[in-house]
Amino acid sequence: MTVFKNIPTFVLTVACALLISSCAKEETNKTEQAEEGYEPTPLALQTPVLFQEKLDSPVIPADNPQTVEGVALGKKLFFDPILSGNNTLACAGCHIQEEGFSDSRQFSPGIDGVEGRRNSMPLFNLAWNHKETFFWDGRAISLENQALEPVIDPVEMHNTWPNAVSSLQAAPEYPELFAKAFGTSTIDSTLVSKAIAQFVRTLISGNSRYDQYLRGEIELTQAEQNGLNVYKDEERGDCFHCHGTPPNNLLWTDNDFHNNGLDKTFDDLGRGAITGDPREFGLFKTPSLRNLAYTAPYMHDGRFETLEEVIDHYSEGLVYSETIDPLMKAVGEGGVQLSEQDKQDLKAFLLALSDESFINNPDFQNK
Amino acid sequence: MKKHILLVVAALVLVACKDVDEAAVLNPNRNVTFNFTQNWEGDEITNADYQTTEYTNAHGETMTISKLRYLISDIAFTDENGDSTIIKGYNLVNAREATNTQYKPAKKIQEGTYTLSFTFGFEKEDNIDGAYPDLTSADWNVPEDLGGGYHFMQLEGTFIDNTGTVAPYLYHTIRAANKTDDALELQDTSFEVDLGTVTVKEGVVYEIKMDVAEWFKNPNEWDLNELNSNLMGNFGAQLKMSENGRTVFSLGETTIVEE
Repeated sequence: MTVFKNIPTFVLTVACALLISSCAKEETNKTEQAEEGYEPTPLALQTPVLFQEKLDSPVIPADNPQTVEGVALGKKLFFDPILSGNNTLACAGCHIQEEGFSDSRQFSPGIDGVEGRRNSMPLFNLAWNHKETFFWDGRAISLENQALEPVIDPVEMHNTWPNAVSSLQAAPEYPELFAKAFGTSTIDSTLVSKAIAQFVRTLISGNSRYDQYLRGEIELTQAEQNGLNVYKDEERGDCFHCHGTPPNNLLWTDNDFHNNGLDKTFDDLGRGAITGDPREFGLFKTPSLRNLAYTAPYMHDGRFETLEEVIDHYSEGLVYSETIDPLMKAVGEGGVQLSEQDKQDLKAFLLALSDESFINNPDFQNK
Repeated sequence: MKKHILLVVAALVLVACKDVDEAAVLNPNRNVTFNFTQNWEGDEITNADYQTTEYTNAHGETMTISKLRYLISDIAFTDENGDSTIIKGYNLVNAREATNTQYKPAKKIQEGTYTLSFTFGFEKEDNIDGAYPDLTSADWNVPEDLGGGYHFMQLEGTFIDNTGTVAPYLYHTIRAANKTDDALELQDTSFEVDLGTVTVKEGVVYEIKMDVAEWFKNPNEWDLNELNSNLMGNFGAQLKMSENGRTVFSLGETTIVEE
């Protein structure tokens, strides 16, 4: 009787055991499958039509194609503080979507509360940086290499790669996610950087008021149109030589390095500190003018809190130094001496390059 | 009968092959390479010279060079009958960064003797706004207000002005544009550069030299105090720069490189 009484329990136990065993096998099979020639799902970049028409193809390395699983993993890593030394700071801690994936603080504090010395760079349209130099000083060649640095920077995430990899390897979900993304559950820093780079390449901004204007959907205001004229006018703004010529260069940067007349002497050598070439002391990457409404403060050191200050700098605040770019042609007069009306209109135009749909895009949110 | 037909066909095939082989042997198509070099009155300009070496231009100003980029297009090989083989396309030279200083077109040229020429900048029909995305990536465009299209050259640096002050210059050449309230007059300022007679052989490399001093010398002696920046919108300056450009280029060494 006792045996019969226990039969249902026995059957249930066996069934559960079989189920668990089956699930475990499935997990093992998934990983094994991933390691035995599994191919992740290709994912095309969502490239705006205007970019397709006007810009060269985006830079996607042959050894790191975009995939659904790679981008998903990169996004998870981007928002996960697990990469930092004390599990408190993610990439997203200093690259905030609402701020154009930059940081409204002049200098972002790292995990130890120590501030860096440069303003966090905005992240968008980086797949179209055909010169492939990243950071304000261009020290990283390729997005993958760029992604490696903040993790081990002592004033940022202050970790070591062996420690970061060990944390990921021990986390319950990551080995399988890496297997899905790259066909192996054995994690290393290269794969982490590849995944993050894939996600960063998806951060595309191409729907500003000016883009809408080019697509024939809206008209620019009179102030915006006048501001565009100031931007393109060699004798007034002459912004296009460094920030690109509309309507073709929709990146709004030449992705090159310039000394734009900020200082007489340099506390930060910028590009010159990387190349060791005195002719490049005080040169910094030209930032994009897209999304300026969200990316204050401005300049490599975030010295200007407002666009008015930026425009005033080019209008009457230029300072001579030996490496100043000849494009700062009016340095002898302190700048290009814009009228107050031109300044206001230029600001209006610059704000028309901001893309509200980018900073609200749910695909880029931590969900 | 069948045998005879077979023999005739075989003979025809052999003859045909012989004809093709003879043509190929007599005038094979060859790869050609162009090396672009820059000098100041014969002194080579190397990377180390940018921003550091001082030159004196024809008008007497001491000047330095910080940037030199220029575009050439449609290299042509013209034979003695006046028939031209044109290498359609363009090459944007960045002299300071030494990118595209060697140009190896895909098109091959038949062995022989030719007159070699190219276009400085883009001819009117090729200077199409936004048509070349790689040139947009290189930030080489010209605003629509000035006719759009592309720069032909960006030569930049500093000079000592007539007050003894270091001042910048931006010697940018484009298609000349005369903008008035009512209209935009455009004038093509690209020009053909004739480099003289060359022989095409296997592995031939032609050096194309730019003497930067000539941009400031001939026929218009250039006063940087008067014309130093905002030259893109200066119709008259563009015409003068185009005139000065005619004597800038010359054929340098012709070498043979084993492939």
